[in-house]
Amino acid sequence: MAELIKVGMADLNCTKSPGVLTTLGLGSCVGVCLYDTSTKISGMVHIMLPSSLQIKNNSNVAKFADTGIVKLIEDMQKLGASKYRLVSKIAGGAQMFNFNDSSDIMRIGSRNVTATKEVLQSLNIPIIAEDTGGSYGRTIELYSETGILLIKTIGFGTKQI
Amino acid sequence: MTLSLDNLNSMQIDVLKEIGNIGAGNAATALSKMIAKRIDMDVPKVNILEFKDVAELVGGPETAVVGIYFKVTGDISGSIMFLLDKKSAKLLTSLLMSIDEDAELLNEMEVSALQEVGNILAGSYLSSLSSLTGLKLIVSIPSLASDMAGAILSVPVILFGQVGDKVMLIETDFIEGSQHVKGNFFLVPDEDSFEILLKSLGVV
Repeated sequence: MAELIKVGMADLNCTKSPGVLTTLGLGSCVGVCLYDTSTKISGMVHIMLPSSLQIKNNSNVAKFADTGIVKLIEDMQKLGASKYRLVSKIAGGAQMFNFNDSSDIMRIGSRNVTATKEVLQSLNIPIIAEDTGGSYGRTIELYSETGILLIKTIGFGTKQI
Repeated sequence: MTLSLDNLNSMQIDVLKEIGNIGAGNAATALSKMIAKRIDMDVPKVNILEFKDVAELVGGPETAVVGIYFKVTGDISGSIMFLLDKKSAKLLTSLLMSIDEDAELLNEMEVSALQEVGNILAGSYLSSLSSLTGLKLIVSIPSLASDMAGAILSVPVILFGQVGDKVMLIETDFIEGSQHVKGNFFLVPDEDSFEILLKSLGVV
């Protein structure tokens, strides 16, 4: 059994093959998974908010899409990953509660997804798979050996992307 | 400096704890009236926790829980969430109506009943807050979600996350006969509302 490494909320981590990265109970947050297809180094960041620029208290870089992804790439490079070989898979960004007058804050899930995509695009990292949106929580596991991302839910099944 | 849970002094925290206690007490009274049974209550525990520790309180991020969420408007804006573990949610529903104990998901009637309970709890909680502070507060209709604790908690945590790295929650334990209903209230004032709230309580 490969080592299971937990990534908490507003947290990031990376590992070499055959390590497995997991984050439990993603809701409106987004789990961003990066994978170097050649060295099989994988990384995961659990971001909570779209941008560090809109928030005064932004000391925890892993909390935001913009700073979290950049920091994750730096950490993966230290393990030997190449930025130019990275591909990404993203999951989460659900809207857990429904209100008719969807204010900005209630759509935080989709805003997190949009921001994540913009950051990845600006870094030229292709998104090869995603499972985002909906109204349910997700637990995700990223397998470094294969790059497969396993997604588990309560009542919405399990799938691999 | 903007006030947030990260930089409150001990007196401000005590005041917040006290309004938590009073609010939860009123909520228990309201619940008792609704089901026409005696409801006892343990002294509520008010916790200020780091994000990463919140889900552990209800048994880990993958535990199935029910969250009932309300928006608050008026003199301050923000939100309130009432979080119950699955067992407590079933128990609370069973006090109101006959339910299917074994069913994995809540049916429509059960959801509706729980929303109504949530409504009464949040309403009585807020009205006590309103009379203590003199602030006008309006609570929205409830929205209910039943899912993993981590996913449900991401909502208040993200709201708190805009101003700091900690959340405040009030652990309550309602007791009916030998049965315990454990619930957690999250009170999440928006960024500027925190200061208005504390000012109205005379501690800023």
